[in-house]
Amino acid sequence: MKSSNNNRRKFMATTLQSVGLTALGGLLWSGYCDEAKASPLVLRPPGALPEEQFLDVCIKCGLCAEACVNRESNKNKDGTQREGTLKMAKGGDHKLIGTPYFIPTEVPCYMCDDIPCAVVCPSEALDIKSLLNEKKELDINKAKMGLAVVHKESCVAYWGLQCDACYRACPLLDEAITLDYQKNERTGKHAFLLPVVHSDVCTGCGLCEKACITEKPAIFVLPREYAMGRAGDHYVKGWDKKDQQRAGNRKLDEIETHDERSQQAPSDYLNREIEY
Amino acid sequence: MKNLKYLLLRRATQIGLMFLYFAANAYGWHILEGTFGSSKLFGLIPLADPYTTLQALSAGFLLGADVLVGALLIVLFYMIVGGRAFCSWVCPINMVTDLANWLRRKLKLDKEEVNYRFLKRRTRYWIMVLGLIVSAIVGIAAFEAISPITIMQRGIIFGFGAGISIVIAIFLFDLFGVKNGWCGHLCPLGAAYSIIGQKSIIRVKHNHEACTNCMECKIVCPENQVLHMINKESISVTDGECTNCGRCIDVCNDDALGFSIRNLNKDS
Ligand code: SF4
Ligand code: SF4
Ligand code: SF4
Ligand code: SF4
Ligand code: SF4
Repeated sequence: MKSSNNNRRKFMATTLQSVGLTALGGLLWSGYCDEAKASPLVLRPPGALPEEQFLDVCIKCGLCAEACVNRESNKNKDGTQREGTLKMAKGGDHKLIGTPYFIPTEVPCYMCDDIPCAVVCPSEALDIKSLLNEKKELDINKAKMGLAVVHKESCVAYWGLQCDACYRACPLLDEAITLDYQKNERTGKHAFLLPVVHSDVCTGCGLCEKACITEKPAIFVLPREYAMGRAGDHYVKGWDKKDQQRAGNRKLDEIETHDERSQQAPSDYLNREIEY
Repeated sequence: MKNLKYLLLRRATQIGLMFLYFAANAYGWHILEGTFGSSKLFGLIPLADPYTTLQALSAGFLLGADVLVGALLIVLFYMIVGGRAFCSWVCPINMVTDLANWLRRKLKLDKEEVNYRFLKRRTRYWIMVLGLIVSAIVGIAAFEAISPITIMQRGIIFGFGAGISIVIAIFLFDLFGVKNGWCGHLCPLGAAYSIIGQKSIIRVKHNHEACTNCMECKIVCPENQVLHMINKESISVTDGECTNCGRCIDVCNDDALGFSIRNLNKDS
């Protein structure tokens, strides 16, 4: 009797310890994974699903990177292979291990017409459907890998010097980047030729960033989620019929602020000297 | 002379496959492209790792058909034919842990068998299940985020970076820590293939009449609990944890072990 009691106690203790250790392992593992997927400023190949979903669906096979480096157009004149755009994240890159990404200043995306990287993806983490135009053909101009942003203070065109390197490098010349002509009041006789990026056209290929002449590029590509703001449905363009419809999506209870102050009427402050 | 037939065959297969994967990236060959996560055979047939696929699915999003079909093909192959052969004939980590194990024997680090309280051979099945749970919680394939197997494979194809450290860690763990520590106790992929390959037809068969009880097979076997029939019964090794590596066959000097096709009526 005594020994069976002992056995039972031992069994319970072992079970408890195993469960505890499993939970500990699970917590550490989850913690690491959560950390590992939090690498926001990373540019993904054309057609990539939204980052959160991409991180799961991408099976980390590297077929996209292999297709990119080995594509026909990626050869020098003498037939030797050039470096590919897409890299596979490895330990120490501070990105989720095994996922493809690119760094425009190293190798930008050349926006291949046949998009070999996306076509080959077996998991559909690179979603072909998002790269089809109205005629249902593959169209790399539909890609939204990121958005180029100009830092005016370091862009020498904004100083009044003549530079249109990014404008000329852009595969969507005069669409994704246009030049804004302004008078240079300082000299009185020159023009500013200011590069301006249009977010509805820019694909985020990074050719402009690569071409930029400043020491650290004054134009650079950020993930769209980080480069773009959002006005919200309670601001609509009153002069635009279509845009006005967005007003219907407003969630009034989320927009209106309720706090201590809003309980009081503004007049109370004047009439009864209420302090907030 | 020592018989190294299966060892050499295995190394040739492992290195050959790795070279094909490497060449797909380096020279654009279309024989075997991608990584274990998902590959393309002859630029056509999709292959995918079943456990990775399961992790991605449990993290909550649907995958492309190519991956699902690929995982099914791999499951069918190992389920019907190969058993746990992925571990000994394909996985590159096997070369690392085999080396550690060999060194262990040479350095005579294995005098006493240690019984670890929490590191049992079945721990790997818990890790396998835990991997799916963590995937579901965090929303990414959890084991893929740390898997030394694909880290090593991608290292060979695309360059190692700091990823090499996990491979070295496993080597040291197996050499100075636990005997067969990683592949025999922890690796959830090996666990998955043990389950998938349980009923496969290629099996090691023991001939009890020829056995001289030298126990060479048990010394060399990475999963020697599966060899419980040695010098007792003339039956096949039916345990899914046998990796079909054939080391036991190589070291047996008495022809008491050999590959055979599972006798479906008798052994199942
Ligand atoms: S579209 Fe860009 S990422 Fe894709 S293959 Fe071409 S250069 Fe590489
Ligand atoms: S081909 Fe698709 S699944 Fe494979 S690494 Fe590239 S994005 Fe991920
Ligand atoms: S990233 Fe730069 S080069 Fe590429 S489309 Fe946008 S503006 Fe043009
Ligand atoms: S147990 Fe894991 S690491 Fe070891 S050979 Fe099998 S799959 Fe590879
Ligand atoms: S029983 Fe033989 S074939 Fe199976 S794992 Fe052990 S040594 Fe390898």
